[in-house]
Amino acid sequence: MSTIKKAATVALATGLGMAALGACSDSGDASSNPGPTTVTLVAHDSFAVSKGVLKDFEKKSGYRVKVLKDGDAGEAVNKAILTRDNPQGDAFFGVDNTLLSRALDNHLFQPYRAGGLDLVRPEFWAGDDRHWVTPIDTGNICVNYDKRYFTAHHLKPPNTFADLAEPAYRNLLVTENVSTSSPGLGFLLGSAAQYGDKGWPAYWKKLRANGVKVVDTWEQAYNEEFSGSAGGRKAGGDRPLVVSYASSPPAEAIYASPQPRTAPTGVATGTCFRQIEYAGLLSHAKNPKGAKALLDFLISKEFQDDMPLNMFVDPVRETAQAPALYRKYAVQVDTPQTMAPEKIAAHRDQWVRTWTSLLLK
Amino acid sequence: MAVPAAFFAVFFAYPVAGIVARGLRAGGSWHVGWIGAVLTESGIGHVLWFTVWQALASTALTLLLALPAAYVFARLDFPGKRLLRALVTVPFVLPTVVAGSAFLALLGRGGLLDQLWGVRLDTTVWAILLAHVFFNYAVVVRTVGGLWAQLDPRQEEAARVLGASRRRAWRTVTLPALGPAVAAAALIVFLFTFTSFGIVQILGGPAHSTIEVEIYRQTAEVFDLPTAAVLTLLQLVAVGAILAVHARTVRRRERALHLVDAAGTARRPRGAAQWTLLGGVLATAGILLLLPLGVLVQRSLRTTDGYGLGYYRALASADGGAFLVPPIDAVANSLQYALAATAIALLVGGLAAAALSRRAGALLRGFDALLMLPLGVSAVTVGFGFLVTLDRPPLDLRSSWILVPLAQALVGAPFVVRTMLPVLRAVDDRLREAAAVLGASPLRAWREVDLPMVRRALLTAAGFAFAVSLGEFGATVFIARPDRPTLPVAVARLLGRAGDLNYGQAMALSVVLMVVCALALLLLERAGTENTGEF
Amino acid sequence: MLTLDGATVRFGRDRAHTALDGVDLTVAEHEVVCVLGPSGSGKSTLLRAVAGLQPLDAGRVLLEGRDQGAVPAHRRGVGLMFQDHQLFPQHDVGGNVAFGLRMHGVPRRERPARVARLLELVGLAGAERRAVATLSGGEQQRVALARALAPRPRLLMLDEPLGQLDRTLRERLVVELRELFAELGTTVLAVTHDQGEAFALADRVVVMRQGRVAQSGTPLEVWRRPADAFVARFLGFDNVIDATVTGEVADTAWGKLPVPAGTPSGGCRLLVRPAGVRLVPAAAGLACTVTARTFRGSHVALRLAPCDDGPRLDAACALRDAPETGAEVGVVFDGEDVVVLP
Repeated sequence: MSTIKKAATVALATGLGMAALGACSDSGDASSNPGPTTVTLVAHDSFAVSKGVLKDFEKKSGYRVKVLKDGDAGEAVNKAILTRDNPQGDAFFGVDNTLLSRALDNHLFQPYRAGGLDLVRPEFWAGDDRHWVTPIDTGNICVNYDKRYFTAHHLKPPNTFADLAEPAYRNLLVTENVSTSSPGLGFLLGSAAQYGDKGWPAYWKKLRANGVKVVDTWEQAYNEEFSGSAGGRKAGGDRPLVVSYASSPPAEAIYASPQPRTAPTGVATGTCFRQIEYAGLLSHAKNPKGAKALLDFLISKEFQDDMPLNMFVDPVRETAQAPALYRKYAVQVDTPQTMAPEKIAAHRDQWVRTWTSLLLK
Repeated sequence: MAVPAAFFAVFFAYPVAGIVARGLRAGGSWHVGWIGAVLTESGIGHVLWFTVWQALASTALTLLLALPAAYVFARLDFPGKRLLRALVTVPFVLPTVVAGSAFLALLGRGGLLDQLWGVRLDTTVWAILLAHVFFNYAVVVRTVGGLWAQLDPRQEEAARVLGASRRRAWRTVTLPALGPAVAAAALIVFLFTFTSFGIVQILGGPAHSTIEVEIYRQTAEVFDLPTAAVLTLLQLVAVGAILAVHARTVRRRERALHLVDAAGTARRPRGAAQWTLLGGVLATAGILLLLPLGVLVQRSLRTTDGYGLGYYRALASADGGAFLVPPIDAVANSLQYALAATAIALLVGGLAAAALSRRAGALLRGFDALLMLPLGVSAVTVGFGFLVTLDRPPLDLRSSWILVPLAQALVGAPFVVRTMLPVLRAVDDRLREAAAVLGASPLRAWREVDLPMVRRALLTAAGFAFAVSLGEFGATVFIARPDRPTLPVAVARLLGRAGDLNYGQAMALSVVLMVVCALALLLLERAGTENTGEF
Repeated sequence: MLTLDGATVRFGRDRAHTALDGVDLTVAEHEVVCVLGPSGSGKSTLLRAVAGLQPLDAGRVLLEGRDQGAVPAHRRGVGLMFQDHQLFPQHDVGGNVAFGLRMHGVPRRERPARVARLLELVGLAGAERRAVATLSGGEQQRVALARALAPRPRLLMLDEPLGQLDRTLRERLVVELRELFAELGTTVLAVTHDQGEAFALADRVVVMRQGRVAQSGTPLEVWRRPADAFVARFLGFDNVIDATVTGEVADTAWGKLPVPAGTPSGGCRLLVRPAGVRLVPAAAGLACTVTARTFRGSHVALRLAPCDDGPRLDAACALRDAPETGAEVGVVFDGEDVVVLP
């Protein structure tokens, strides 16, 4: 290639780049040089907030908030760890109790005690008293049931882990692969909390004998296999029991048109495992002050009130009140199974391996 | 030459090397021993074995079902041929999330097979194999059919005049000419199925896993980077070997064949045999390819109160909550990204093809294969690689929108090269010289001589790169910005939430994506090229 | 105008094949030079080297005294008409002719007039809108010429300009070209393997052999005094014979031949032009048998075999004097048509 040609190509490439830049200039807010007043929140895909609430925070704090969604929960955490020394943002939202140890072991965060933490019940707090992370929301991974099925079959829906192994519920449950799905993993951890470190494999053997079906993702389980979901009804899903979230029934009701009087699905409240999601100040944040303000905002009443309808999770702030529409369909879970992040970290990989050989081989 | 080489170095080789290095380096030194440790794990052996054999079986099945179709599209004339050819290509560019779920409607519970014979194939290997046929049908039809249509039928006629039976004439004249094209198509199908990700994950169930799926699990879920790095290297070696064989086959094919204008070789079917063949192919294509697509359309229209366009209307509102913007905006985003990606792919691929067409050294041929390597590397590897390598100025592109078209162009460029190369090779070098002597600089000569002659091929390449960019999911999902989701990303996010409206919108958006892809491909057919997307 | 100084081009593995071997050549302003040689003698390579399409392995190309080594093809300002024309299929006739004008930045409004004039010049007035695929060989030839002339190159190069045309067309075009070049004052470097074409077209002829210049001179000089046996044979002269010169007589297998005064004594080779082979009664000269007789329009070419089994020879005679095949004739040699070769 001659020098002239090379020069010309470079010029052409540059021109092209310029043209493309021009074409997409409406995304200018993503300018690679955020001013000092910009604070960037790295979050997983499910993060959502009402526009007005965010605007309000920006107005009050003087910061402009940029949200960077970085894949599902697992991916987002992994990416944050990979980019720890040169992070993509200032604060991170969305590491849950099953992944928290991975984040802490990799020194993803620096300590910060968020203002307003006192209003968060200590049972949600994590780690030592240096406050590496701030709890933001909680939710429960529970078995959901298709109300119509159980009415039609004059069968009482299951309520506990033990129920699921009963012959009456044979071939009714679908769950997710624990190595690729966080509700799948949560359900496994719930059973381990219920039956103990040694006892859970026996329980899963019973589940397997009782015809539990395993698919790879929540999307498949819920949208294709579960007879109670909108997608499942269309796809002819024939499993009336699915491992999902306690907040799935409200979503099912709110996103139906017209909205029904009660949700078409219910929650087996004795099968729940509590998930807590945390946020933290990233280790090498460029705008730590902004990040701190942002963390304060995430546990503020305004955000916590707004959160349930956007992310279908429950607030951790005691005084927060979910919107009426959410409360109308929400299911109260009083005594979910819980497990300390350290314990999860210690057993997780081994349990996943054991589970895989029990269920998939 | 320098531009495509730099492009692949910076946006492919460097990120992949970066993430592999992350996995295999600890405490400042390399741990090559980990490779052995990972490879001897029994689970990995199982994955390897499954990867290879399902790819072989998928390739065989695809050839079996698609070769008759290649003949039908090449030699027979029937109404709706163009539309059908565009439609059978749609699955190839459809995101696996969507196609996989549609495919379940065929093979899964309540699917056609279930209704007819009570047979369910989901979570079996059969589902994977058939879905691979669904996706790769077009590769065979277009690659083999494209050449077949241009083979001079008179050669076969000559053989028959010389006393060969119809079958013998086919075996001795047509088959040898088609052989390399069939081999090239088979290798590409093998490559695609070898690195299959979404299909295996959705249809195979958790018990089945390919190397690609395992790389994803190890990287994104388990965060076991050493294992992921070893698997990535392993897959690179395997894919490199496949591509090397493919490059040889392609070169063999590019040797002179007597080609004629494809328009003149197709006839209306005659005789019972040809009608049966046509009917069979149409039925297969209908059941295997169009039915799953039809299911998507049907589900997108079936609202809680009967059939209607409710979900499509909902796409325009931002109330869903899954996004900061109405889902329909994803169409505009996708189009913008795809246009930018197409421009980059054309620039990079075009320059590479131009360079490859002029010189032929062993090094350059190697580069030819290298350009196709991104097709065989896990999107999660590239995506994570971007994160750990492109993080310093001037290449701090991590949160820049340009990463999306760049990643998509990586996938699109190989298509551009493969489409343009044969045409560029056919341009007489002396025409360029004539232009040079008349005062045209090399660039001007390219514009004046090559460009007009390759305009069609360029259009074809552009359309294909466009469609592929539009459908690209794996890499895009890692890097698309939340306020600017592309169509496949939006579909995936909608599917990730409970509720009728979300599911319905996902289906509606899938149909939109399908229609946009089909339109792009139909435009290509209109442009009248027969060699669309040859490999 | 053009000077080649030891121009050398090698091809192939390890550059073992030498296509141009230290060629020295000059073309003066307004001169028409024709390079003549058999295929494979390096003629086309010579043109490509001058045009800048073929880099030199050694030597220099100078145009108007300036070394062109670093000048790419499109900046050399020379024209080249390709052997098979290489018209641009995507342009019509006018578009082809206007191509060079566009490249040289001739304003859009001036182009049609110049294209029209050029087409008129080559006898294709009004053909602007015709597609090149519809042109006959001769017409393509003319369009290619008009296209090459359009940017007014300081040097016009023609590669086998009339190669693919039939004989009558070729003879007519040679004359037209000659007139055209004279009218335009164009400097021309043409290559051909056809001596008739070269002699008719050129002010000066350069004969090439295996990448080297074998002879250079006016057509008449070359015709009358071929520099060596190769040139003689290439010009169609087969009457070449070994001789030993003593004074003004040379001793050969055909007997004693007269040679010009001053020819150095000793061994050499002689060329006898067919016109210098005169037929006499059998007993009055070298006795020969007529083995073949070819009618050539203006004369008859004879192939003669000496009765003493000496080398065969060619003769030319008027139609009315031509003997039949098998006739016995005598041959004497005319000193005027005997050329001493080195």
